[in-house]
Amino acid sequence: MTQGKASPDTESAVARTTPKSPRLGWDRGALSRRVTNLPKPAKWTLIGVLVVLLYLLPLLEIPILSTPDTDFGAVLFTVASYVLVALGLNVVLGYAGLLDLGYVGFYAVGAYTVAVLGSLQAQLSWWLLIPLAVVITTISGVLLGAPTLRVRGDYLAIVTLGFGEIIRLTALNTEWLGAAKGITGVPRPPSVELFELPHLQWEGATAVIDLDDKTKFLVFGVADQAPYYWLALTVIFIVLGADRMLRLSRVGRAWEATREDEDAAELMGVPTFKFKLLAFASGAFIGGLSGALFASRQGFINPESFQLLLSILFVAAVVVGGAGNRWGVIMGAIVVAYLPERFRGFEEWRLLVFGMALLILANFRPQGLIPPRRTRRAQAVDEQLDALEEGTDRVRDPRG
Amino acid sequence: MSEIPVAEQPAAREGAALLSVDDVSIQFGGLKALDHVSFDVREGEILGLIGPNGAGKTTCFNVMTGVYQPTSGEVRFAGSPLGRRKRFAITRLGIARTFQNIRLFGNMTALENVLVGADAHHRTNVIDALIRSPRHRREEREGEETAREVMKFLGLERRADELARNLSYGEQRRLEIARAMATKPRLLCLDEPAAGFNPAEKAQLMDLIRRIRDRGLTVLLIEHDMGLVMGVSDRVAVLEFGRKIAEGVPADVRNDPAVIAAYLGTEVDDLDDEEANL
Ligand SMILES: Nc1ncnc2c1ncn2[C@@H]1O[C@H](COP(=O)(O)OP(=O)(O)OP(=O)(O)O)[C@@H](O)[C@H]1O
Ligand SMILES: [Mg+2]
Repeated sequence: MTQGKASPDTESAVARTTPKSPRLGWDRGALSRRVTNLPKPAKWTLIGVLVVLLYLLPLLEIPILSTPDTDFGAVLFTVASYVLVALGLNVVLGYAGLLDLGYVGFYAVGAYTVAVLGSLQAQLSWWLLIPLAVVITTISGVLLGAPTLRVRGDYLAIVTLGFGEIIRLTALNTEWLGAAKGITGVPRPPSVELFELPHLQWEGATAVIDLDDKTKFLVFGVADQAPYYWLALTVIFIVLGADRMLRLSRVGRAWEATREDEDAAELMGVPTFKFKLLAFASGAFIGGLSGALFASRQGFINPESFQLLLSILFVAAVVVGGAGNRWGVIMGAIVVAYLPERFRGFEEWRLLVFGMALLILANFRPQGLIPPRRTRRAQAVDEQLDALEEGTDRVRDPRG
Repeated sequence: MSEIPVAEQPAAREGAALLSVDDVSIQFGGLKALDHVSFDVREGEILGLIGPNGAGKTTCFNVMTGVYQPTSGEVRFAGSPLGRRKRFAITRLGIARTFQNIRLFGNMTALENVLVGADAHHRTNVIDALIRSPRHRREEREGEETAREVMKFLGLERRADELARNLSYGEQRRLEIARAMATKPRLLCLDEPAAGFNPAEKAQLMDLIRRIRDRGLTVLLIEHDMGLVMGVSDRVAVLEFGRKIAEGVPADVRNDPAVIAAYLGTEVDDLDDEEANL
């Protein structure tokens, strides 16, 4: 191809004075970019410490974090499963821009697969149940998506809303699925007892190791729920890795282009239907996975566990956090799941407070707590900081 | 159908027909937006498509890119009929376009916008992306090379990491061209690329369109600015009320009585001005 000379206008005039080309950096928020810019060893140490802290969380018993009324491990598991769900819904809603109001349906399909095939109708092994649950949920996502994703926009919200309720009502009215009384004896993950980990005990600001309070590693029991949290946390890390791989590829770009302007995307060579279906199936995959984990932690399930309200909370988690940004939706899920558990006394007020918080948020931070992209001004500031730090004149023409 | 005969003129550039619009009609309710329209776009030429507002120019683009199916007639590209091909498949065949109203992916960076175009020919799937397969890595590398080269060609290389919606109006128009060019088309269709440009920007655009043609692309250009179309096009086709009323080299079309009549009362002053300038 012939290389044309740059067109003689103001922008390329700027370009000529600053020949250094900008780095690849389109998936970075201001904070994560700071982290990414750290030297490699420092970065990995930081991440390592963070990961270890996250795993140790149920043992640390940090006073302000820990929940006085409920087992902290159980709370952490709940938060982790919301995070997982939010990551899944983020693919559908945040990346591909498909409003799925029945996400709880996939959660339910995953949970019911494990319960029905693990307890009620068959006694398959847990190791078989989890992949089975994921496959069946993904198939249900494709079956739901294939006819509905061809039509545009609002229909999808209505159809998915219906789907969530239909799954619940089917479970409620089908004897084979346990009907209203639900299913007990859902298999737990297999345990292997390797060693014991003591918890900490706090007296004011000093911590001592509490030898009376120990978590058996790795026993999935009823009383101590920390192992379930470790399992969910591990799954989250795997999903996060996959999320990142997809996001920074043709697949992620196709999703975003479809979200931004479906017709333009199609005319630029994106088979939009295929990619919408793929987003839907990926979302179902993760939703089913977290439903399956939920069922095997809980030990029993009934249709009450899969109310419509849950779908709304899931969407809220994604929107509150900042649809399209994985760190944002994780924050959102933590807010939605953790706060009500921490402040149990306020439970009746939960929805009211929630509604108000959403209203305030919609007014002041319509993009969510952590929006997917740096706003322009934040970015300009960032550039200037970078320029100062690096001592180069990379400050961009602010005219834009 | 009362078609005004157009004198056959040797075109400024000879070439086989790359795209043939063959007797295409399309009806919206009672409105015939295109009425038995036929014309060829020849390989390597710049063809101007002009006509008053509502003449059917954009509709013509929409038929050529698979957005609408013609009520009758057909469009052939490189000899084969488009038929009922999907829009993305037509893009892969080698027809790319820009939009009259800018339709960028606003919340993606400029580079990502262009990468989407480059992805038109890529095959990376979920598995490739998850395991970072050789295909994924090769296509990412090639895509970014293409994208950066095209952005450089359009003078956008410094704006690569800026969100598309934060670019200036002129940059956005050029980014649309970059995105379309990244799909490696044989035919590039530009829908009023100079809308809202000042004379200096229009002059740059004319130069740009010529340079695009010099890269080996065929260009189909919808434009209201007579000076620009007449100055840059090898040939011009004129639509009015869905019918083609003239086709030929600019010098002839400009003096065609039917064309002058079509523009009477609308842009006749413009036309005269431009003629005076040329
Ligand atoms: N989808 C549609 N449904 C109904 N009418 C349509 C549709 N698309 C175009 N039209 C009509 O077809 C006619 C031609 O429209 P078109 O957009 O092709 O004109 P144009 O030549 O591009 O005009 P302009 O210079 O204003 O862009 C107009 O009368 C328009 O209202
Ligand atoms: Mg038009």
